[in-house]
Amino acid sequence: MKRFIARHVGTLPKSGIRDFFEIVSKMKDVISLGIGEPDFDTPWHIREAAIYALEKGKTHYTSNLGLVELRRAISTYVEAHYGVSYRPDDEIIVTVGVSEAIDLALRALLNPGDKVLYHQPCYVSYNPSVALAHGVAIPVPTRAGDGFALNVADIEKAWQPGCKVLMINLPCNPTGGTCDRARLEKIARFAVEKDLIVLSDEIYSELVYDNVHTSISVYPGMKERTIFLHGFSKAFAMTGFRIGYACGPAELIDAMMKIHQYSMLCAPILAQEAAVEALTRGEDSVKKMREQYHRRRDLVVRRLNEGGLDCHAPGGAFYVFPSVAATGLGDRDFAYGLLKAQSVAVVPGTAFGANGEGFVRASFATGYDQLVEACDRIERFVNATTPCSAPSSS
Amino acid sequence: MNPVLKLLIDGSHLTTAQMAQVAGMPESEVNKHLEQLKKDRIFLGWRPVLDLSRESVAAVRAVIEVKITPERGGGFNRLAERLSKFDEVESCYLMSGAYDLLIFVNGPSLQKVAGFVSEKLSTLEGVLSTSTHFMLRSYKEGSFLIEHSSMETDRLKVSP
Repeated sequence: MKRFIARHVGTLPKSGIRDFFEIVSKMKDVISLGIGEPDFDTPWHIREAAIYALEKGKTHYTSNLGLVELRRAISTYVEAHYGVSYRPDDEIIVTVGVSEAIDLALRALLNPGDKVLYHQPCYVSYNPSVALAHGVAIPVPTRAGDGFALNVADIEKAWQPGCKVLMINLPCNPTGGTCDRARLEKIARFAVEKDLIVLSDEIYSELVYDNVHTSISVYPGMKERTIFLHGFSKAFAMTGFRIGYACGPAELIDAMMKIHQYSMLCAPILAQEAAVEALTRGEDSVKKMREQYHRRRDLVVRRLNEGGLDCHAPGGAFYVFPSVAATGLGDRDFAYGLLKAQSVAVVPGTAFGANGEGFVRASFATGYDQLVEACDRIERFVNATTPCSAPSSS
Repeated sequence: MNPVLKLLIDGSHLTTAQMAQVAGMPESEVNKHLEQLKKDRIFLGWRPVLDLSRESVAAVRAVIEVKITPERGGGFNRLAERLSKFDEVESCYLMSGAYDLLIFVNGPSLQKVAGFVSEKLSTLEGVLSTSTHFMLRSYKEGSFLIEHSSMETDRLKVSP
């Protein structure tokens, strides 16, 4: 049947996480640090809002752009938290998670062969999403040395004629990398200079620990060339609701809406109703969860470094991305070895692109007791595998 | 705020060794903080949260609304403190509204609890009236849902 499959789909590699998931899911008593979602259940008042909506018979289609109450709430929230103002009428679209918003944006923007710059290691869907929209993805490396921040020098180096879009994800899954204002401003200037549209996936922006998050859309000349992407999955622990949104220039949102109306029609109404509740009354829950993540981050970073892995403190999100070089193992061998020997699951860095080689992603969206136990086991594994430093031959 | 107190408030149910890891300090320091909290009468003691209905341990719990006469000089305190000394009393609160004290009591049987109310509580000088409500079923105890299903099982073991 393969001959029937479209070339650009047939050649698409499977997610590196997939085969790892198959192995882990068959094992018992594994402590998994491989989970890219909050361990918290959605706060009850948000779930209750969805139940109430169901009771009230909210079971119909909504406007293609999403419920107007939700778009108003998004407009207020984004202005208050990010300092950028978007009109609810034509500059905001509600989508089925940020994943759909990325897909819509890329399909709306790219002609076949258009190039997209994105930083790597990155979320698993970026490269395939570009390929599915017939674009060409061009990776820009980020490095452990500066906390996986994105540097304009690397973007300049990767840039080539035909680049139309720059995709950024700060804080970043899998590295937790963030960008300070100085770096971000330079990137913004570069985007203006090269006339790039910026897709800014800010799904982890509520979960930053050391500095205040800044959106690239605030810099001069950026609002008109940025599609701000956000959702409810991480900050409000609403992954299963599948709800996100995009804000941007009306013409771009309208182009995205065309695809959305023919493919998805609208995001599920119950998720939209829950999202209104989250934005209007969810701040306290977000704060509580952020405090927990912060302490867990400090715990895991300290323990992994003590245990012999070189691990930077991520500025945001809920992942650490330690180097496993000290063990002499590659990232896949480390992850499979750790799973087999100590029943702890982490994701090999190469699942997030070639630049992830030599690193693994460990999520700290797990309870303290599990994290402490996992760190103990990782330490045992590292001690058992790390080659003794050989005395220098004379 | 005392870092150990913060962990206690979070209700993370950690051992002192785990607290030490989370707070990034030696276990001896956690114990020192706990001692200080005890000294300050902020941390009064550990108590397990139990659902005894599963163990078929005979236990009866009741909430009693008590009206009392305040006294010159001491208000409600002397009587409230006196009531609190009974072993049957789990908790005792001064309330605003239609009654003065709300008392949580427990005992091995209905008769024992009723006996406590009629013989000890209502006969005290200053107690004007009592209204006893027996608890029939517990749905949440000390922040724990009684029918709690594990969170971990719902999540995929690895996800992007």
